[in-house]
Amino acid sequence: MNIRLKGRWWYLAIFLVAIALPHIVTSRYVGQIIIMGYLFSIATLSLNLILGYAGQASLAHAGFFGIGAYGVGLLTKEGVSFWIALPLSALLAAVIGFLVGLPTLRTRGSYFAISTLCLGVIISIVAGNWVQLTGGYTGVVGIPTPTPIRVPWTVEIRFDSLVAQYYLVLAFLILTMFAMHRVVYSLTGLSFMAVRNNEMLAEAAGIDTFRVKLTAFVIADFFAGLAGGLYASIMGSISPSTASMELTFNWLVYLLIGGAATLGGPIIGAFVIPIIMESLQFLAQYRMLIFGVLLIVVIIYFPRGTMGAILQLGEKWRREWRKRQEEGTGVAASQRP
Amino acid sequence: MELFLQQIFNGIMLGSTYAIVAVGLTLVFGILHIPNFAHGHLYMFGAYIAFFLMTIVGLGFWASFFASVAVMGAIGVILERLAYRPLRERPHIDSFISAIGALMILETSVIVIWGPQGRRIPNPYPGIIEVLGVTMSYQRLIVIVAAVSMILLLNLFIKRTTLGATIEAVAQNREGAMLVGIDVNKVSAITFAISAGTAAAAACLVAPIFIISPTMGALLGMKAFVIVILGGLGSIPGAIVGGYILGLLEAMGGGYLSAAYKDVYAFGALIVILSLKPTGLFGKEVA
Amino acid sequence: MLLQARGLSKNFSGLVAVNSVDLDVAEGELLAIVGPNGAGKSVLFALISGIVKATGGSVYFRGEEITGLKPHVIARKGIGRTFQTTALFNQLRVVDNLAIGYRMRTSSGLFSTLLRTGKWREDTRRTMTRVAEVLEIIGLKEKAFHFASTLTQAEQRKLAIGIALMGYPKLLLLDEPTGGLTEEDTREISRLIARLHKDLKVTICLIEHKMRMVMELARRIVVLNFGSIIAEGAPEKIARDPKVIEAYLGVEHVAGSP
Repeated sequence: MNIRLKGRWWYLAIFLVAIALPHIVTSRYVGQIIIMGYLFSIATLSLNLILGYAGQASLAHAGFFGIGAYGVGLLTKEGVSFWIALPLSALLAAVIGFLVGLPTLRTRGSYFAISTLCLGVIISIVAGNWVQLTGGYTGVVGIPTPTPIRVPWTVEIRFDSLVAQYYLVLAFLILTMFAMHRVVYSLTGLSFMAVRNNEMLAEAAGIDTFRVKLTAFVIADFFAGLAGGLYASIMGSISPSTASMELTFNWLVYLLIGGAATLGGPIIGAFVIPIIMESLQFLAQYRMLIFGVLLIVVIIYFPRGTMGAILQLGEKWRREWRKRQEEGTGVAASQRP
Repeated sequence: MELFLQQIFNGIMLGSTYAIVAVGLTLVFGILHIPNFAHGHLYMFGAYIAFFLMTIVGLGFWASFFASVAVMGAIGVILERLAYRPLRERPHIDSFISAIGALMILETSVIVIWGPQGRRIPNPYPGIIEVLGVTMSYQRLIVIVAAVSMILLLNLFIKRTTLGATIEAVAQNREGAMLVGIDVNKVSAITFAISAGTAAAAACLVAPIFIISPTMGALLGMKAFVIVILGGLGSIPGAIVGGYILGLLEAMGGGYLSAAYKDVYAFGALIVILSLKPTGLFGKEVA
Repeated sequence: MLLQARGLSKNFSGLVAVNSVDLDVAEGELLAIVGPNGAGKSVLFALISGIVKATGGSVYFRGEEITGLKPHVIARKGIGRTFQTTALFNQLRVVDNLAIGYRMRTSSGLFSTLLRTGKWREDTRRTMTRVAEVLEIIGLKEKAFHFASTLTQAEQRKLAIGIALMGYPKLLLLDEPTGGLTEEDTREISRLIARLHKDLKVTICLIEHKMRMVMELARRIVVLNFGSIIAEGAPEKIARDPKVIEAYLGVEHVAGSP
């Protein structure tokens, strides 16, 4: 089994930078962009699980994000504690994903893709039209920030400041990355990749491919809902556009360009691309056009995206290094640990 | 009673449109074994080409109609060549992603060039006739007649011409067709051209009746998928029957039920039916 | 009797691929299934392994009926197989390819994976042990960390057999494991199969076109033509059977010679 904790030092370095960031960056505007980047990273990481690793085209991802967002928004406005509303809403997203996955994952991949596309649209339509519940197209406003946590005998942690919200979202991002890492580098993750790579062989090898796909889908939807719930509480207001197809397509672009089926790729994509688009404001109206072209080019020529290219280079260097070592000492590489 | 007949008439008109678009989609599915997610956007783009030709260039309705069909046929070929062919050997999901890229390009091009608001195409055949208390506008009648003609022509083409038989051969067994010497690439290109062309034709026919907008393709595309799945991917009769059923259901439902949610019912029905019969209503056993 | 098929049939909307086949495979034997192209051999395997649903008849494995069960359930019961067109997880490394073959023998679910419990650690350890074992058996230790797509044809065939071996199958269905290989590679695979049969006591059902190999390995041969069994018995008897000779001479293709 190939469980390698590559780049342990990279993780540590980035972690330290992330912790220190609020003290380095003082602009409120940049802070908000980074928080949004973290939230979209969670969304893209979870999309990566079902689409990148398990190879199933879930096109309703923003819909699950929206379910999480509306869940938290509506519940916390009724006075429910954020810390109950959040897991509940994420669970709701997971349950809906489970119910939709049951009939649609049993058959060919095309049906699942179409069904999730339709589901995504249904969720936006319902969000916009169920005025009593969701407020229709005006959405939900005045969502309270996360409920303060009272640590016994000491302080009360409040989440009204941007800095506190930053650390909150960062914590959840780290939690998500941790979970993704655990799932991917395991027999479970291996089953995901087996199903993506050759579903028929996976079945013949004794893997219940339906169960594997459903598991990946439900986990992905849970985290999408989680990200949505955080979004609602931090932004303070949401609308049907929070569950729009456009958002799903954006994440798809972040994922593909950053690197599908890698752990760092989604985060790179979710950060780098919005930042690039922000700085290239004059291209704003061409954004989807550029994304469309990029999507096609990347999927054909660079299916593993930026991160994939980096990993490939790393592999090549390692092979060169190994070859040089072999020539040097005459000992076969396979006998090395 | 009159309302009922009116709804039937509208349903037939809608159904004719849906049927044509669904047949185009199912043709491509038979060849590629994957759905063309960009199909609805090809439809939309066809409407805009006609809009451009009629309002800015000043061509007549039928001239614009045929020009649009030709242009979209070409775009269909380009789409197949650039977005689908390179991904033939890859897992299907790669083609889905590519198709999404294509539809993003189509939708944004339209918004950039003509703006996001809805546009009107002047009605070339204003005027109505009354039959049995049902108001039938000439344009709607033309839609029905033209669509039905196209469906019949397509059927004749598939069943009676060599090219049609070739397309069927490739759809049935790609490897076998290659072994026999059929140029599968050419067949794919032609099928795409037909698919895009008929979608454009349907759009041009319907455009004078409704407002055209950059997002009109998305919803229609999804309905086409629902129809094609329910009718069985690759089945032309299934697509036709499904198209008319959906058209009638929408006309009836829209008349008696909430208009906003009518799309939701269609999609909801899709999920329900798939759970009961995974191969669709007319579908064959999964290969 | 390890495997029993009774009246097994498959009809593809009019085309009869397998016609009421009765088959018995005894535990520990190496049975070869031969026949001209299109005789229905691969379809027979597909029926047994559950990939294709039978239109008639039934299959029993270790006394239990397995007709109509899903492929992964049948695999878990102890039937492993390879495919005519080499099926591998191309984007994964050799060790990962093999590990997947053992997944069905592990039971750690989502929670044990997330929490890295003792059960998960145990499953992972057992997987790695079995991977090492099978690597040794199929002789791919050197290429353990290579990507499956970089292997040679023969190595890929060995890997496919290895994946099927991981779960300790009682019955191995091998569909033309030496198709398209050179003489030398064919002999290597042949030796591997012989080892699996004699040393590891795996019951094997082998579809092959190379008659010399079949004669050497198999003690019993079943000949299929147009979906039906036309002859059955020891290699010498089959070689002289007039129906068999006619079936092969009637078709262009005869690979190797009896």
